[in-house]
Amino acid sequence: MATQLTAPTRRRNTSTAVTNRRNWGYTALAIFFLAIMLFPVYWMVNASLQPNGTTLETSWIPLKPDFTGYATAISEQGGNLGTSLIISLGSVVLSLAIAAPAAYALAYFKVRGAGVVLFAILISQMIPGIVVANALYTAYNDLGLLNSIPGLILADSAHGIPFAILIIRAFMNGMPSSVIEAARVDGAGHVRAFWSIVIPLSRNSLITAGLFTFLFAWSDFLFALTLTTTEAVRPVTLGIFQYIGAYVNDWSSVMATAVLASIPAIVLLVAAQKYIAAGTTGGAVK
Amino acid sequence: MSLTTDLSRSTTRPGTNKSRAGTGATQAPRRRTRQRRERIFQWLFLVPAVVYMALFFGYPVVKNVVMSFQDYTTATFFTGEAPWVGFANYVTVLSSSLFSTSLLNTVLFTAGSILGQFVIGLALAIFFQRKFPLNGILRSLLLLPWLLPLIVSSAVWRWILDKDSGALNRFLGDLGLIHTGIPWLTSTSLALIAVVGVNIWIGIPFNLTILYGGLQEIPDELYEAGSLDGATGWKAFRHITWPMLRPVVSVVLVLGVVYTLKVLDIILGLTNGGPANSTQTIATQSYDLSFHEFKFGEGAALGNVLVIISLVFAVLYLRASRRAVDE
Repeated sequence: MATQLTAPTRRRNTSTAVTNRRNWGYTALAIFFLAIMLFPVYWMVNASLQPNGTTLETSWIPLKPDFTGYATAISEQGGNLGTSLIISLGSVVLSLAIAAPAAYALAYFKVRGAGVVLFAILISQMIPGIVVANALYTAYNDLGLLNSIPGLILADSAHGIPFAILIIRAFMNGMPSSVIEAARVDGAGHVRAFWSIVIPLSRNSLITAGLFTFLFAWSDFLFALTLTTTEAVRPVTLGIFQYIGAYVNDWSSVMATAVLASIPAIVLLVAAQKYIAAGTTGGAVK
Repeated sequence: MSLTTDLSRSTTRPGTNKSRAGTGATQAPRRRTRQRRERIFQWLFLVPAVVYMALFFGYPVVKNVVMSFQDYTTATFFTGEAPWVGFANYVTVLSSSLFSTSLLNTVLFTAGSILGQFVIGLALAIFFQRKFPLNGILRSLLLLPWLLPLIVSSAVWRWILDKDSGALNRFLGDLGLIHTGIPWLTSTSLALIAVVGVNIWIGIPFNLTILYGGLQEIPDELYEAGSLDGATGWKAFRHITWPMLRPVVSVVLVLGVVYTLKVLDIILGLTNGGPANSTQTIATQSYDLSFHEFKFGEGAALGNVLVIISLVFAVLYLRASRRAVDE
């Protein structure tokens, strides 16, 4: 194991057995920190499995799991979950379609104005969502885009597109340019070279950007709150807000909805582990 | 189009001619047309992104500035008229008694959140630098609070902090520390502290991840050399870790400030700005003005105040990130 190989080099005088025992002590401490940090997540799952009605004294452990909370959540919020899914997938498609070529242009062509575009992307991340929402509301009102799925897809991509450009560009910067040049010499046009060489090579960065774009759109609350005014189009985040806005007497349904709304985050964490590290650091520092 | 003329002027730029070096160099005019076509193609890759950024960031910023000088209300939607009022919106917003409350809350919320997130995030990052079994898995599980939709976190915490049946009060009660429930979210003196606490919880994973990445970059040899000179523990942190980590620290702090200034979901989800405006910030007040009172002009004015505050930090960020890249 890696720990046995590397640990003794730092503390040469301690025997492997002692080092190992101390290391497991750190593991225990880390689990303790994790337990504190993840308690709210545990509490959400626990509460979602408690029987309805008697929420005043929720037991610490769901000894008798009860799924009525989930039944209520699906019947009341199922449509909103579907709406969120459509909007998030739409946002992924739109964001990647716009960001991938842009990232390619910024990484390869050194076009005039590339610096300005990158600067604009950095600045765009500083603009408060409320400022965007304020202006979009009046524009959407004129264009008839309020309460529409395309309207929300367009707005939700405002978070995904700049992020995706940064992530994909950082990756493409490290791609060997000889591969593309070879294709160009063989007579492939820009679009061909991009589509059949650059895109397949950048698959991992596209997946990372796509996953995060999905999560951003899925988590969006501000645009859902300001750009929808009727029940016609209602993402699940807004559904949860309306649940907790009213006097809550059925926390198990609210928590069941919260668990269902957390599924993309949990899937991302468990199934797409290797893409997360690239995403968390790539967008922020580079 | 001005775009194409601009492009044709820059035909001899380094780095773009490599692929064409082998093709016939004798036909100069033909090559120039081809290069121009080449440049137009290159721009076409960038155009959708530029258009999108202009529509969804450029336009809103400009529109907000315009709106902030107009009497823009619900009536505007029917009449189409928004009379110019000069700085009246700014005067109204900045001189209202609520503004000083929101400004103070914004400062307290931001400073408190950043301090907590950063200190705990750094402590955890240093802790996770040790090599122990399951390190990687445990560290990535810690990311979960950051990946959850903010409104989900708000809903969960709203219940944990509930006065009567919340888990926190029950836990404190079981320990015998309290006998009656503490109104975490419904007391004017506690609500802001509770909201800051939740926001710290949300921000820890981000700080942990970025700072951990920064710590990994510090070469081991420095610590080995330091330990020969007797620099271990706190001394090593002060003289090796902290100076080496500084560029990453400044990026984390400034990004944290910029993100925290515009937080809306958490406050709306937990307290809706209440009780009695005790958790009202500039962002939530701007939302209130535009979307509850339908005074879009005033909402825009307050939004612009927030933009200006953010821009100050944006400048700091750009300087910090440039330094981080340079080093």
